[in-house]
Formats: sequence, C-alpha cells, structure tokens
Amino acid sequence: MHRLEEMWIAISSGILVIFMIIVGYQTFALGMGPPSNKEIIDPQKVDQTAPFDEPGITKIGENEYEVVMTLQTFGFNPNNIEIPAGAEVHFIMTSKDVTHGFQIAGTNINAMVMPGHIQRISHTFDKPGEYLVLCNEYCGTGHQLMSTTIVVK
Amino acid sequence: MKELSALSLQQKTIKALGVNTKDAKISLSYLSVAFATLLIGGILGLVQGLQRAGLLELPPWLNYYQVLTAHGILLLLVFSTTFTIGYQYANLSHSLGGLLPKVRKLAWSGFSLMIIGVILVVTMIVLNEASVLYTFYPPLAAHPIFYVGLVFVVLGILACCFGVFINYRHWRKTHPGQTTPLLAFFAMGVFVLWFFASIGVTIEVLTLIPWSMGIVETTNVMVDRTLFWWFGHTLVNIWYLVATSAWYVIVPKIIGGRHFNEKLIRLVVILLVILNIPGGFHHQIIDPAISESIKFLHVFMSLSIAVPSLMTAFAMFAVFERAGRKKGGKGLLGWITKLPWGDVRFLAPMIAMISFIPGGAGGIVNTSNQMNQVIHNTMWVVGHFHVTVGMSVVMTFFGICYWLIPYLTKRKLTPQMNRLGVIQTIIWTVGMILMAGSQHLVGLLGDPRRTSFTTYGDHPRALSWIPYEYVMGIGASLLLLGVIIQVYAVINMMFFAPKGETTFPVAEPEDNALPAPMWTERWGLWSVLLLMVVAMAYVVPIVDMIVNAPPGSPPIKTW
Repeated sequence: MHRLEEMWIAISSGILVIFMIIVGYQTFALGMGPPSNKEIIDPQKVDQTAPFDEPGITKIGENEYEVVMTLQTFGFNPNNIEIPAGAEVHFIMTSKDVTHGFQIAGTNINAMVMPGHIQRISHTFDKPGEYLVLCNEYCGTGHQLMSTTIVVK
Repeated sequence: MKELSALSLQQKTIKALGVNTKDAKISLSYLSVAFATLLIGGILGLVQGLQRAGLLELPPWLNYYQVLTAHGILLLLVFSTTFTIGYQYANLSHSLGGLLPKVRKLAWSGFSLMIIGVILVVTMIVLNEASVLYTFYPPLAAHPIFYVGLVFVVLGILACCFGVFINYRHWRKTHPGQTTPLLAFFAMGVFVLWFFASIGVTIEVLTLIPWSMGIVETTNVMVDRTLFWWFGHTLVNIWYLVATSAWYVIVPKIIGGRHFNEKLIRLVVILLVILNIPGGFHHQIIDPAISESIKFLHVFMSLSIAVPSLMTAFAMFAVFERAGRKKGGKGLLGWITKLPWGDVRFLAPMIAMISFIPGGAGGIVNTSNQMNQVIHNTMWVVGHFHVTVGMSVVMTFFGICYWLIPYLTKRKLTPQMNRLGVIQTIIWTVGMILMAGSQHLVGLLGDPRRTSFTTYGDHPRALSWIPYEYVMGIGASLLLLGVIIQVYAVINMMFFAPKGETTFPVAEPEDNALPAPMWTERWGLWSVLLLMVVAMAYVVPIVDMIVNAPPGSPPIKTW
C-alpha cells in the first residue's frame, strides 16, 4: 500500500483508540456511564412487588431524594413531582406494560424503561424551573400524551 | 482450457450483445417495485411531516403511528431491499457474464415471496392491526399475519442470497486462479452480510408468531430487542456497502478516472462484512440489563467500522483528485472544477458521499456512551438516518438509475433527462438539509422522535420545538417533489426514452496496478471471522439476558 494510505489508516485507528480512552475514562473513572441497571421484576406483578407497590418520592438525605416510579400507558406514577433546587434525585423505574422511554427535556436524563427490568438513573437539579418529563419510546395511540413535570423550586 | 476459452467467448458475446434480456427483466421488476414503494412511502412521509408540525389533521380512520409504521417499513425495508437486489443482480449478471438459469429461478422465487410478504404486512398495517412501527418491539403485539408476512420477506431475501452464492461459486469453479470482478466481489459482501444479518430477525419473528397467536404466553423482550438490532443496524450497513460499490467502481468510470487500488477496496469490503453486526448494540446503550463494561465493548465494536469508512473517504478523494488533475486541474484544488458536476450520474453520488461526512460524524455521536444519552430517541436520530440513508444511500441509488435503467431497457439517457436529474438532485439536497438539519437541532433541544403532534399541555419547551417542525414540514414537501420527479424519471427511462446503447460504467484499474490478491476471495474464512466477532459481542449479553431473565411479557395491544 501507498505510504499516505498507511499513514491515514494509522491516524484513523489512532483517533479510535484516543476516543475509546476518553469514553472509558468518563464511564469508569467519572461514573458517567449510561443507565445499565440489571435488577429484574415480574412485569405482571409490579403493583405487588416492593418498592413499586408504593410509588412515590422519599427524602433519603440532605437534599437527596428517591423517586420510585412506574410507567404505564400513558402516564407516570407519581406525577407532578416537586423538589427543592440543588436536589439530587435517584429515579427507580419499571414498566407495567410495554417499553417506555424516560426523558427529561433539557437534561441528560434519558433511559429505556422496559417491562421486567428495573432501571435506575440519577440527576442533580441545580436550576429551578418546570422540567418536562416525557416518554420517548412509542408505546401506543396515546404516546404523545405521556408526559408529566418536575418542578424545581 | 477448452472450457475456459469457450466461456470467455460466451462472455464476449454477452458483452457485444449488451444486456442479457432475461436478467434485465429480473432487475427491472425489482426496480419497478422499489420505485412504486418509494412513491407511496414518500407520500406517507409528507403526511407524517405535516401532521407532526400540527399543520395537518389526519382523518379519524387513519392514525399517525399507522402512517409512521408504513413509511418505515415501505422505505427502510421494501424500497431499499428491492432496489439493492435489482442493482446487485444487474452487477452480477454484467460482471459474471449472465446469471445461471437456476439463479434466475431463485431471484424470481425471492421476488414472489417478497411480494406476498409485503402484501400481508401492508394489509395488517392498513387494517390498524400492526401499528407497531418498523422496530415492532415486543410486548407491543401485532396481528400474527404481520409477522408471517415478515417471514416471507426474509425468505425472499434468503433466496436472493443463495442465488448470489451459487453464481459466485460457479464462476470461481469455471475460472480457477482468477479473482472475481470487483462488482461481483461487492455483491458477495452484500449478500453474505445479509444472510448473517437475517438470522437474528428470523429467530425473533419465529418466536413472536406463536406468542402473538397466544400459543406461547410470554416473550423475553430484551432478547427480542437485541435480535432485532442484530438485523436492523446491519441492514443500514448493507445499504451503505451497496452504495460504496457504486462509489468505488462506477463513479470513477463516469468521471473518466480509474478505480482505486483493488487490494484496499477488497479489504474495506471484508472489514465491513466482518465487523458489522455488533454495531446493532449501540441502539441499546441506555437499555437496562446490559452492564456498563459490555456496553463499552460494544462502543468499540460499533466504532471500529469507522476505520474502513475513513479508508473509503481517502480512496474516493484520491480518485477524484487524480481524475481531475488528468483533465488539467491545476493547483491545490483546481481538480475540483474539472469534475463533471453537470452529470447527474456523478452529481447525485458525489453529494451522497459528501453527506456521509456529517452522517458518519453523527453516527459517532450516537455510538458513544454519554453522547448517546443526550440524543437517544430524540429527533436527532431521525435527522441522522435521513442524512445517512436518505442522502448517502438513496442519492447514490438515484444516481445509479440514470445509467442502469437505460442500460437494462436498451435506451439512452437524454440531455433533458440528465438536466431533470440534476434539478431533482438539487431539490432533494435542499429538502434533506432543511428537514434533517432541523431534526438534528430540535433533537438536541429534546424533541422526541416517533411522537405525533403534541404540545405536552402547552409546555414552553415543547412550544419552542414547533418552529423547527415547520422547517421539517417544508423539507418534507420538497422531498416529496423530489420523489415525484425521480419516479417520473424512472418511468420515462423504463418505457419512453429513445432507444439506444448505454454502457455499463465499470472502472478499470490504474495501468501500473498490482493484481488483486487471491486471499481476498476466502469467503468461508470471512464468514468464520464474522461469526467470531458476533460471538464476542453477543454470547455474554444474550446468555445473561436468558439466564437472568425476568418472567416474560404477554402480548399487549395499545393502539
């Protein structure tokens, strides 16, 4: 092969390696990995299984909250959550029917919530405001209605 | 030896006579279905784009998700598949000196199977029994006939795969010691990949049939999803490989140049085939049930196909520069002006290639852990695949039409038709930039994909997305205009263009080029390597999903 071709391939592979080092550092050293929780649940018995038998918001520390949430067509339970500014919130979620997506517009919160699986994701809400929470995976005729808000005061 | 010379004589006759009529009929039938589908899919695209922006209210008997399911399946599955087969079989027939009679039979059986399959699938969508979108993620459950239709489509594809394998093997046997022509080599790459890609979705659909009929109570939604993307993402790269076959072999001839170093081209094909399938996992980066370390491995495996893509970028620009300089292009960039920009057969694939630069960069965003979380299931993704598929792939397909169809119908590309093609290309490019550009931007602002018009109770953030959705609507309108012009051009070149001789533009190697190495033809070895890569990516997560599975999900209809 031509010398320039070899250089180009070397540079391309080099960029890939550097890229992977950065992604790896962010994932494993800075804890910025994607939501990847591995707990499971019987999707037909969500209402009878703890903690989803009592969905809601619990204060677990100094400005730290836990939200146990179920998703089902076409809503979130609990909805219209209110928290103080600067609160760190841990969401624990599962679906009672089909696959849903949990997205808070304007933040990096984005996770698939699937029947049979428990998904976890955390976020610190620094800025006050009314955040739009929406389902971003098609779940049926009312999918476009599936939303709620989180008010940060 | 005698057989060899007899065969080459046969080949010469075919070359002298031009296209083999029986083979042309196969390609033309597939292409007709492709463009009929494009027209319907395009209309549905505009309907959807206008509904999404709140500019159009659908009648009560039609819902947005039905339209979206049909748009996705017709364009992503039916249009791309039938075009690919029509074009690849023409390549095969041309470069191997005609198809074998049994291969022709396989191609026709594939055609019938696919038509039956598409009719079943479309009927179910029209009856609103299958508004499950083109990903049909369980536990959304469509009517069993929808899945049966999909099985027919896959069987049709498999028939065409075997046709290619048989013709290739026959040629290799009758031409010992020779490497296959480059276009046939590409065809092998495309269909080998297609064969292995189909395995995933076949297993998925076969488990969904008894489940949707109620014979089996529950299904494992994670496994189904993983098997879908095994197929779904590989399909994207099959189209891309089809497009690159035109970039590497056809386009250099059209601009009066030579093709790039054959060893590198073959290496790119082999790498794209071997490395491709695990790319599907980057659709599941924010899924539960897959650990962070496995996802990290998948990020690497998905990104690895950036290397052959960058090699392609290098090779193509080298070919353009050489051709431009040979025509007298001076200075650093003077060669650019020497390229035949007014020739649609060059212009369309050239814009396709350029759009692969933002398309590929967007793909890198989608593939990497943290950035995926920002854009997953937002409009960004829709913008991304309209740039990659709608521009890089489809514009290459459009450009191919302007020589392939006249070649197959023994007609000529007239200057008027070429001009119309150039106009079509410009309209398409502007439409895509407007539509995909605003989709990318509004996606970054959080606008979700696969959602009909909504303001989420007039939430200010959702209202801020609407101006972008208007721009999407404008883009979609231009694109439908582009579809109509393209379909008109195809019909004209099939039935009305003046009779004449059109050559099949296959580029020659450089004068001092080395022969292609024989080891590149070891498809058995490439298949084993492909399976090893698949095993590396899939065995651990799939075993984990099965062994540590939750109780399964029953079928649910939510529309």
